[in-house]
Amino acid sequence: MATKNISGKVAIVGAFDTPVGVIAGRTPMELCVEAALGALADAGLRREQVDGLVTCNAMAQPLLYHAEAVAEYLQIFPRYCMGVGAGGGTTFSILHHAASAIATGMADIVLVTMADSLRSGLTREQALLVQSSTGHPEFEQPYGPTVPAYYALIARAHMAQYGTTPEQFAQVAVSGRAHAARNPAAQMRDPITVADVLGSRMIADPLHLLDCSLVSDGGSAIVLTSAERARDLAQAPVYLLGAGEGHTHEHISQAHSLTDSAAREAGERAYAMAGVGPRDMDFAQLYDCFTPTVLIELEDLGFCAKGEGGAFLQSGATLPGGALPVNTHGGLLSHCHPGNPGSMFALTESVSQLRHCAGDRQVANARLALVHAQGGIMSSHTALILGREAN
Amino acid sequence: MVARILPRPTVLSQPYWDGCREGVLRLQHCADCAQYQFYPRIICSHCGGTRLAWQASRGCGVIASFTIVRHGISAAYPAPYTVVLVDLQEGPRMMSSIVDAEPDQLCVGARVEAAFAEWSEGMVLPVFRLVDNAEGESL
Repeated sequence: MATKNISGKVAIVGAFDTPVGVIAGRTPMELCVEAALGALADAGLRREQVDGLVTCNAMAQPLLYHAEAVAEYLQIFPRYCMGVGAGGGTTFSILHHAASAIATGMADIVLVTMADSLRSGLTREQALLVQSSTGHPEFEQPYGPTVPAYYALIARAHMAQYGTTPEQFAQVAVSGRAHAARNPAAQMRDPITVADVLGSRMIADPLHLLDCSLVSDGGSAIVLTSAERARDLAQAPVYLLGAGEGHTHEHISQAHSLTDSAAREAGERAYAMAGVGPRDMDFAQLYDCFTPTVLIELEDLGFCAKGEGGAFLQSGATLPGGALPVNTHGGLLSHCHPGNPGSMFALTESVSQLRHCAGDRQVANARLALVHAQGGIMSSHTALILGREAN
Repeated sequence: MVARILPRPTVLSQPYWDGCREGVLRLQHCADCAQYQFYPRIICSHCGGTRLAWQASRGCGVIASFTIVRHGISAAYPAPYTVVLVDLQEGPRMMSSIVDAEPDQLCVGARVEAAFAEWSEGMVLPVFRLVDNAEGESL
């Protein structure tokens, strides 16, 4: 069946992050609305021009009809409105659905706004309760797996199959922190070494504390519209050139492979739509809830051969100034991780980079980027290709 | 006191949990493609067939991956404890825990066999032992 290609037909025209980290005294709804208003101001658009709204639920303030509640708060009255829930992949998985809505005329201006307060809005007990709700309720949860434990299972399998080492996983955290050191907005900015990571407290072997992402408050929003409409707006558009998804399982015990992920299919589909390949990317933002995910994603998205993610990381390629800077804002490991909205910040960072306004951390002459997110336990993957030009 | 997380058996899965109480690990077996599956479903995950029947597993397998949780999910799960994925001889992979072993004895590929642990409220869960460690012990 022929697919209608939306490559280059939709652009991100507004982007905004609230402060991130520990933002006490602000509800997720307030952060969500602040992000929305910031992104609209960035785009030079008014609230009443928004006719599409996408949000995700907040764990610290769950609402049955989240998107509708945000619309009501903002007093906007969209004709396209939904809240999405695909774990960490929530952000990106929705972007091409929103783009499709624009391409098919279901909406003209779509606001995607997401926020949560995992740090200040949940008690420790509530956070653990949320954690324990991951996993198959009948056949996994009773054994007490924590979220780090699921990713530790993936890490250990990769070590056994390819000889990957904890030092190589640690390099992901070191690289992310090196980028965060250049980002004044990042929650954690003090540089760290591989020895720091390996010397931090063991959480679930082989993952140490510094192999695990942050727990944060924060919100982030973008505005999407058609390429035609984008030309008349305040900012240089950032075009959506490719998008692809891959979904293989929900529960880690049911994954057909612990070391191969559907990032491969997601990437192949996104590259095909955009007509580009991994070597064309000037930088990449890869979902880094735990360090092993980045190593596997580098392999599955075609940046290095399978099994060579560790060596690729140790070459320094992902560092600032490297051949493929990864997570230029610092990622979930060092910038912030407020839960489901976490990958939004990879998107707004990519917009800054492709507008060439990322300050000290600007990737020179950045023109093309791959942004990736996954949800579940390496379950659902989405890859997007963004560019400065529409083709 | 926080309680350990309890499975809630369904009509479909009840024979599995009954088997655990009797010291037998049961898997669904497909009459159409002769493959086993876990977790229990109303269709075969290999061929889509619906002629599924419970059969006893030998309870033998190898560790596909493992971790040692150093920070338990609640007070009912005192750390350290193990979470493992076991590849059963019959084919299916399942999550479980290794008992009666030191953490540094675990490795990917290690042979294990099923044991059964009282969880709470009459529920018995399948856990595993390293095969060499289990020699001479009665289950």
